[in-house]
Amino acid sequence: MEKSELLLADKKLGDLRYKEVNGVAVAIFDMDGSKVNTLHSRLIPQFEKILDLIEENTDIKALVLLSGKKDSFIAGADISELEEAKSVLDVENLSKRAHELFLRIEKISKPIVAAIHGPCLGGGLEFALACDYRVASSSAKTVLGLPEVMLGLIPGAGGTQRLPSQIGLDKALPMILTGATVNAEKAKKIGLVDYVCYETALQDKAIEAAERLVDKTLQKTKKRKSQSKLMKIVEDTSFLRNLVFSQAKKGVLAKTKGLYPAPEAILKVVKEGYDRGFLAGSERESTEFAKLSQSFEAKSLMHLYFSQTECKKNPYKTDYGSPKNIAVLGAGLMGAGIALVSSTKGLHVDLKDVSHESLGKGQKYIFDELSKKVSRRSLSTFELKKIMSHVRPTLDYEKISQADCVIEAVFENISLKHSVIKEAEEHMRDDAIFASNTSALPIKDLMVASKRPENFCGMHYFSPVHKMPLLEIIKTDKTSERTLSLAYNIGLKQGKTVIVVGDGPGFYTTRILAPFMDEAAIACLEGIAFNEIDSIMQKFGYPVGPITLIDEVGIDVAYHVSHDLGEAIGERITSQDSSMLEELMKEGILGRKSKKGFYNYKNKNVLSKFFSKGKEINPHTAVIVEKYRRDKSSKDDPKTLQKRLTYRMLNEAMYCLQEGILASPKDGDIGAVFGLGFPPMLGGPFRYVDTYGADKILAEISEFRDEYGVRFEPAQILVDMAQVNKKFYVS
Amino acid sequence: MKKESSFRGKPVILEGVRTPFRHSHKAFANLNSFDLGSYVLQGLLTKVGLDSSAIEHVIMGTVLHEPRTPNVARECLLGAGYSSSIPAHTVSLACISSNVATTEMANMISLGQIKMGVVGGVDTCSDPPIRVAKSMRKKLVRMSKFRGLKDASKYLGLLLGLRPKDFALDVPQVTEFSNGKSMGQGAEILAQQTKVSRDEADAYAVRSHQLAVKAMREGIFEDYILPVYTPPQFEAILHDDGPREDTNIKTLAKLKPAFDKDFGVCTAGNSSFLTDGASALLLSDLDTAKKKKLEPKAIISDFVYRAGDPLTEMLSGPALTIPHLLERNNLSLDDIDVWEIHEAFASQVLSNLVYLNSDIFAKDRLGLSRALGEIPIEKINIWGGSLSLGHPFGATGCRLLYTASMRLQKQKARYAVVSGCAAGGHGSAILLENPNL
Repeated sequence: MEKSELLLADKKLGDLRYKEVNGVAVAIFDMDGSKVNTLHSRLIPQFEKILDLIEENTDIKALVLLSGKKDSFIAGADISELEEAKSVLDVENLSKRAHELFLRIEKISKPIVAAIHGPCLGGGLEFALACDYRVASSSAKTVLGLPEVMLGLIPGAGGTQRLPSQIGLDKALPMILTGATVNAEKAKKIGLVDYVCYETALQDKAIEAAERLVDKTLQKTKKRKSQSKLMKIVEDTSFLRNLVFSQAKKGVLAKTKGLYPAPEAILKVVKEGYDRGFLAGSERESTEFAKLSQSFEAKSLMHLYFSQTECKKNPYKTDYGSPKNIAVLGAGLMGAGIALVSSTKGLHVDLKDVSHESLGKGQKYIFDELSKKVSRRSLSTFELKKIMSHVRPTLDYEKISQADCVIEAVFENISLKHSVIKEAEEHMRDDAIFASNTSALPIKDLMVASKRPENFCGMHYFSPVHKMPLLEIIKTDKTSERTLSLAYNIGLKQGKTVIVVGDGPGFYTTRILAPFMDEAAIACLEGIAFNEIDSIMQKFGYPVGPITLIDEVGIDVAYHVSHDLGEAIGERITSQDSSMLEELMKEGILGRKSKKGFYNYKNKNVLSKFFSKGKEINPHTAVIVEKYRRDKSSKDDPKTLQKRLTYRMLNEAMYCLQEGILASPKDGDIGAVFGLGFPPMLGGPFRYVDTYGADKILAEISEFRDEYGVRFEPAQILVDMAQVNKKFYVS
Repeated sequence: MKKESSFRGKPVILEGVRTPFRHSHKAFANLNSFDLGSYVLQGLLTKVGLDSSAIEHVIMGTVLHEPRTPNVARECLLGAGYSSSIPAHTVSLACISSNVATTEMANMISLGQIKMGVVGGVDTCSDPPIRVAKSMRKKLVRMSKFRGLKDASKYLGLLLGLRPKDFALDVPQVTEFSNGKSMGQGAEILAQQTKVSRDEADAYAVRSHQLAVKAMREGIFEDYILPVYTPPQFEAILHDDGPREDTNIKTLAKLKPAFDKDFGVCTAGNSSFLTDGASALLLSDLDTAKKKKLEPKAIISDFVYRAGDPLTEMLSGPALTIPHLLERNNLSLDDIDVWEIHEAFASQVLSNLVYLNSDIFAKDRLGLSRALGEIPIEKINIWGGSLSLGHPFGATGCRLLYTASMRLQKQKARYAVVSGCAAGGHGSAILLENPNL
């Protein structure tokens, strides 16, 4: 009611509404035609007008900035404006204009107070930092941060300069470098906001703060107030500070392998501000920001950001409701992982297994993962207990009768899965949906055991479930839209990025992973050391090398997948004969789960952890691999190897789109990046083809085909794209 | 026969669960009351397949109060994932705490204030709230008011003023505050009044263990006891660890008396032991049970609380209450086929049976014309009792009530009486009636 009264009293100035309360001007930022506020260049003159107004009008003592959006302050800069920008210079000008506006806000003699409720990110936080005082709501929806780096950018409106000067270099650098956000309580603690109140009091407290700043009964929070004395000395002494920067750079390079330019640029720009002052730092910020905004890395990351945002929306009709109760069959690593991500988000989970021992192990897994959060203080012991209480262990199928959705995560064995499906359906509600979690077993083969194939789908989770962001839902031609919509909602509730793909051998992700691993195995047989292969691929941008990945997935699983998919699709998936993997399996070398794979995974003690560098190759495996080694030793340089592996994955992704397994290139990019770790700065296989050029890639793949054979047979769709010079994404 | 009830809703027991009862400092050593209580609250609803939205109130009984969870019922409710809009409170009346929780909610249901609720009880002796000595507490409170460096001299003064006695610990005792006597001493005093012998007490203890072992073997508790997975290893705890097959007269006779070293009756072998555990019951009125298609196991028909002298009648609760309960419901000894009596000490049970059969006690102490008579032993605690199964103070009442409910159904009996004694000289007797006859 109060709000509608305000609306009537307001004067409207473009995207802003304006009113006066006892000599305090209140500007309400409420962008036309959008659910959230973003910073767009069209706002600059509007804000300037408000500033003119309060400067000219002597009756006005202070200004309060509020958001008119529900549960959102300012979500950041308008990224589409960056995408549309024609040149680096355009963006640089944009950044400079924002700098001028914020500098004016900072310098104006009358106090300006930002009232923050909801996300205050990127440009939004930069805006707030330019104000004299920040009041924030204690709501969980209030988060503050500079996440630009996640889009391959740096803050472009003074954030690199104002954040360190506000909260100190030691706290600001990690925030800018990782894009981490803080809640209101933490923000208050580190001096990022001045006062925290309940959201209903936000406007009143902000106005009160403005009035008291005018009559000087309230002081602005001291800068760097929570910084330790030691850090103050370090920050204020140039040679010590330089040491901090050089250490930070080492850390950054170790993480980015030089593939992501933004973090290095952040260090440069922040350092410039310390060395040569605020204005020089700001100028450097504008040029670096503009340069990065047009880089292919940033464009790829923005592409992923937009695609992911799209995947976070259920594409189906959603009036089928949102499930509250699920049952998970099997309390192994996958089942417990699914229970973990579900119970954390408030879903009730009936966790079913055949023995108390496995139920105990499953609960232990959940407990241990949550306990890590407790020791990081991101969760209280009470919250842990509450989450655990959502998981209800049981030995009886009868207990699953309440579930809206039953997810089966038993061992990957088709007859076992069949019997589980049959037994579960006896006890399930007729309208409950059933999902099989499998990485490769065709859903249509599992579905034959089901009485209600329309309620049946695949839900392919990735291990470890709580860390891997992707969920691949597999539909058959019988799966109903209701089933897909409900499964999608469960995925979203669990915090997953969801893609829906067609049924086929290996679906999408497993199918494109198999040839990638196959090529890695070939590289082994050509005599390249395991760790060498991993390191070469990591340098290309894969977060985990392919050999380590085989160990993680399990050598037995890799063998079965490559064998089955090889049979179904042919040499393009599995070109080498798999006797090497078979022998490793026979020797009990199964990867991480057996503590030995291509590498050794012994539990290291503190001392050996300290002395050993990286992973230790398993000599036994090396001997076996040597036995199968081909005469020819690899003559390929690292670059060629990177391309061979990447192209096998990429080419198979093209086949998946061509055959309709994938509904869109977007799903293909999201699946490859978030499920398999395809280098994010390349934006996914399809985006990469667009950036690099279909003709060039086709030429290189064709060359490989001529040299290595049919495993590099290019997909027709790629040939077509190259011919007509088309792109997958039409901008 | 029993007179017609004028109650608006008949309170009934629908379902019950409990954790295994385990010796303190063993399987549940890492859990506190809040953990154990959450398990039973969560497990109860899971067992019935109800959502917490059906629950209107939760009451739990406890004896050893963990200072951080003074209203442990509320924390258990929140930890169990119940809706936070359900009120919860904790009651405390020593060993009959959850009897009080149950009868209090029975009243709420009778008056039509609520339709469905959960009662329970929980206790753990594995982590008693041990405090520092009072002299030290006073110093610590004073110190909490010192501020920063300017009070450095005060800190120093306090430090120099510390004496060895300040480091003594204040450990909670199972003793009467008013007279300083322990429960064991109370049992000895009672045995001297009723002339119960050591041999009789040992024989009764053996019986309790044998019956409990037999009941476990027959799987009587299978549906009742919830598996508890204990962190950090999440080993499944499935059974009670109290009942011992090897308990016999010979081994018990060898034990030294625990309280009266020379002529005492009570030994470690014929007394209940320190136990960790929790129990809970789902209660509703009869109509609601029918509407929700839940099978009522027992009607809570009536109950009596009385108290006696905290020294001489510390453990005489059953004798003080049962005769009144039966008299005012026009029931005779023969009408009752199910007896569940709390076994704090073997001698205490026997002493109460002596009193119940004593005309002098009935006349002098209860103002009744004659004694109730001799309760047939084969109707008492036929699946074991607190001596063998264990006695997590606050949780025992609900265990007795649910055991009696199960017996009503299994024996197709009409009436059950559940009775217990409690510190302070309290007694409780509750009349249950089979709704399915």
